[in-house]
Amino acid sequence: MLKQAEKSPEEIRDQKIYRQWGMSDNEYHTVVNKLLHRLPNFTEAGILAGMWSEHCSYKNTKPLLRHFWSKGSKVLEGPGEDAGAIDIGDNQAVIFKAESHNHPSYVEPFEGAATGVGGIIRDIFSMGARPVALLDSLRFGELTNQKNKFLMDRTVDGIAHYGNSIGIPTVGGEIGFDSTYDKNSLVNVMCVGIENQDDLKQDKASGIGNSIIYVGAKTGRDGINGATFASNEFSDSKESDRSAVQVGDPFMEKLLVDACLDIIHHHSDILVGIQDMGAAGLVSSSAEMASKAKSGVDLNLDLVPQREPHMTPYEILLSESQERMLLCVKKGHEKTIIDIFKRFGLDGVVIGHVNNNGQYHLTQHGETVCNIPVHTIVDDVPEYTHPIIEPDRIKHPAADFVPTVNDAGQMLAKLLSQPTIASKQSVYRQYDSRVQTNTVVAPGSDAGIIRIRHTDKALAMTTDCNGRYVYLNPEIGGEIATSEAARNIVAGGGLPIGATDCLNFGNPEDSESYYALAKSIDGITKACKLFDTPVISGNVSLHNETDRKPIYPTPLIGMVGLIKHDDEITTQDAKHAGDLVYIVGKTYDDYSGSEIQKLIQHQISGRIKHFDLQTENKNRKLVYQSIVNHLVQSVHDLSEGGLGVSIAETLFKHDFGFNGQLDLLGRQLFAETQSRYVITVAPKQKNAFEKLMGDCVKQIGQITKEPIVKIKLNDQDVNMNETDLKQKWERGLN
Amino acid sequence: MRFAVISFPGSNCDRDLYYAIVDSLGEQADLISYTSTDLSKYDTILIPGGFSYGDYLRSGAIAKFAPAMKSVKAFAASGRPVIGICNGFQILTEAGLLPGTLQHNTNISFISEWEPLEVVNNKTPFTNQYQVNQKIKLPIAHGDGNYYCDDDTLKSLKQNHQIVFKYRNNPNGSVDDIAGIVNRKGNVLGMMPHPERATEKILGGQDGLTLFQSILNSIKVRSLS
Amino acid sequence: MYLAKIYVSHKKSILDPQGEAIKSALHRLNYNDVNSITQGKYFITKLDSQSKSDADQTVRSICKDLLVNQNMETYQYELKEV
Repeated sequence: MLKQAEKSPEEIRDQKIYRQWGMSDNEYHTVVNKLLHRLPNFTEAGILAGMWSEHCSYKNTKPLLRHFWSKGSKVLEGPGEDAGAIDIGDNQAVIFKAESHNHPSYVEPFEGAATGVGGIIRDIFSMGARPVALLDSLRFGELTNQKNKFLMDRTVDGIAHYGNSIGIPTVGGEIGFDSTYDKNSLVNVMCVGIENQDDLKQDKASGIGNSIIYVGAKTGRDGINGATFASNEFSDSKESDRSAVQVGDPFMEKLLVDACLDIIHHHSDILVGIQDMGAAGLVSSSAEMASKAKSGVDLNLDLVPQREPHMTPYEILLSESQERMLLCVKKGHEKTIIDIFKRFGLDGVVIGHVNNNGQYHLTQHGETVCNIPVHTIVDDVPEYTHPIIEPDRIKHPAADFVPTVNDAGQMLAKLLSQPTIASKQSVYRQYDSRVQTNTVVAPGSDAGIIRIRHTDKALAMTTDCNGRYVYLNPEIGGEIATSEAARNIVAGGGLPIGATDCLNFGNPEDSESYYALAKSIDGITKACKLFDTPVISGNVSLHNETDRKPIYPTPLIGMVGLIKHDDEITTQDAKHAGDLVYIVGKTYDDYSGSEIQKLIQHQISGRIKHFDLQTENKNRKLVYQSIVNHLVQSVHDLSEGGLGVSIAETLFKHDFGFNGQLDLLGRQLFAETQSRYVITVAPKQKNAFEKLMGDCVKQIGQITKEPIVKIKLNDQDVNMNETDLKQKWERGLN
Repeated sequence: MRFAVISFPGSNCDRDLYYAIVDSLGEQADLISYTSTDLSKYDTILIPGGFSYGDYLRSGAIAKFAPAMKSVKAFAASGRPVIGICNGFQILTEAGLLPGTLQHNTNISFISEWEPLEVVNNKTPFTNQYQVNQKIKLPIAHGDGNYYCDDDTLKSLKQNHQIVFKYRNNPNGSVDDIAGIVNRKGNVLGMMPHPERATEKILGGQDGLTLFQSILNSIKVRSLS
Repeated sequence: MYLAKIYVSHKKSILDPQGEAIKSALHRLNYNDVNSITQGKYFITKLDSQSKSDADQTVRSICKDLLVNQNMETYQYELKEV
């Protein structure tokens, strides 16, 4: 496609060239007959196909995404801008967003992951915020397959390369493994920024005659049509034949962050708008900025900095070269801005102006190469709704699985060494988690925590999703993903204040994938409303499937919590021998989609039972109150592997033991009933803690100095060496 | 007391150092550009960590040509204290202010950890507030932290007591477990660990603050004598 | 025995950030006649192949399998009997 000579408008129509860009016959006919009333030329058709792709237009998902709740009273900026913003007091705002980079990271894991990090960082600083933290949520196929190990290693290298170099600490995230991700690994990155509310910046191009300034890396032929690429599913035959990959340059991005923040913070009077060039590059950023201001733009493509000679307008507009920003600056003040860029070693170039006729008008070599209404590019995109049909698999689930566990101690050891549960320290140590000197809790705990300098406040953040539950029941799975994120925040001492999402699904035209998407959005929305955590930003990644087999639907939830006083920061590890251990929440025989089911049956099935949002909410509020009242020593949420795993993880940091008695059967140590926590409490706070928590807690034992895990169960006893368990857990990834 | 923190394009620990001096140590600091050449109003120069020029070519290789580096050399020649941390250490070795070089960690990967160290020499302007052989903990965060020098250089480092900090469980393959060294005169320190990340209790430890207090002390002592 | 020298560099259409940064550093040092610079990798390998065409085959396939990321890199090589 790169070398393709430009076809005439008639050839595009007759040979249906638009199809290879992902545009349907119907869409093309809409453009010709209803919108332009003429045939689009090559550049125009290419622009429309790129901008009308799912990746840019959300045409298949918009009707569903509107269901998300994003109204909370603290929301300063909801979905629509580069990222959303929430009021955190003291005239400060927290900005965050998550984004997927799945397909590029499968093709070229190092650069794909690196550019994924770069892209989401630009979304944050273009809002005027200084990026203060990164989190990565990764999914790979099972590590028994060498290709998956390679993908993981290179993905981690790419994230480390970019995040470490640019100097933003990676403070959290998670990594999960399942064969469903075998040929479609997931790389979701979340970035969090902080700023003064006065600096909140919008991405608008308004004011006739104002200048459009381009800054950053030159435009090359890399990643052309990445937007349509990201929206198309993979097939094996394509695997070896890829067009240009984007290469990230964290050094360039560091200069851009510093320069753009300088401009936003000190020259907001002359800066009208700023946006990064992400998917569909220059056309997307310039057309969206114009659309928001209901204006048009005239751009001279000869002025766009180009890395290669003889680039066509189509290539210049749709290139996804990284590290590029577009600014709209008040007429007459261009030099001020360009001089600032120069000081940071960057070249800012005026490439055009805002017009008042609403047209997206481009020239190259003195000729008009595109002249179509901005609203046709951005707003006239058709929307598609699909019927929501419950698949038989969910309507008639298989019988519930109940494992037989004869030796709960050995089962615990086995589960701890499963890659999804095992320690991720060998990965996390490759990320600089402490640069910026704000990190209080580094990756490896329930939530990553950074303090907000010169205040008593801190932010807790996490990313979560268990695709297995969503696969078994998308609606409850969505509720659970949101609940688990909120539990992690609270376990760190935070009050959840907002969420972002990355919806990783299959082809929306496949009814099962569409059902999963619709229902999980319903579930997330229900939970977010109840928890008062508005969804302020998000991203959709569809066509996550290989050879027609979709991945488990994986709607990642990124959540941020506010810690009002830094003495409320809580971690998951037990602090003293002699402390009492409690479990919050009831335990049932819940094994559908659990790690133990996967381990024993090598697949998952069944119904998700016993989950109740009200109980979840009540338990979480009580746990939060116990932290704020300073009644607890440690809090750890229960997730994969259930109570057994959670108790073990509570001990590992300081090599404590546990001595306890549970009114449970051996297998129930590994049940994954939701809404539960393990909490340790100093003996002197026993009464106050129990009084506050009422009947939702039960004391189950005590932390011991001797590193032995002793658990009396109704059908058996566990007696394991903590050091042996820890070794299994530490070596699970290798 | 006034510290200069030199920001190179791509430095990312410059602000961290600034805050360590201003907030934790309670002294004055300026972030100055790599193009500045006038260092006359400063008592100590700090060269921060990060990825100057993206660490492209070799860590520190491009930064050594920055205009400020000429002035840093003159400043060091006058006997006043200069510290290079992490990438700053790499820049000082590339610039010839310290012997040796820093290569890839032996495991190839970047390592970010709290690392146990030992203070080998407490008779420097940077370590006089530590005990000799004191065990401390500082964060490391580097991909190229593996200190290398030839045998003759190592011998002279030892003879002149230029080795200041050693790793207790060598994480990166450094010769003789070296984590930080001074020049022969003792007024230029290069170290891979990050003292500026360990100046507040909430961040996990304060062993780094002692290093900055040592500088204060040595400058006070010098101005008294 | 055969000796192969393999040179790997970015494809022309792919951004080479290292090359760009080095070029601007050289310009700051007043080497203004440096028009472009590309950073690549250089491998030397010795092969016990039976014939030159076998060696040639091996070199191509090790490049394809491991040394070169064909999504973004390109390579040249020299091969001689030693």
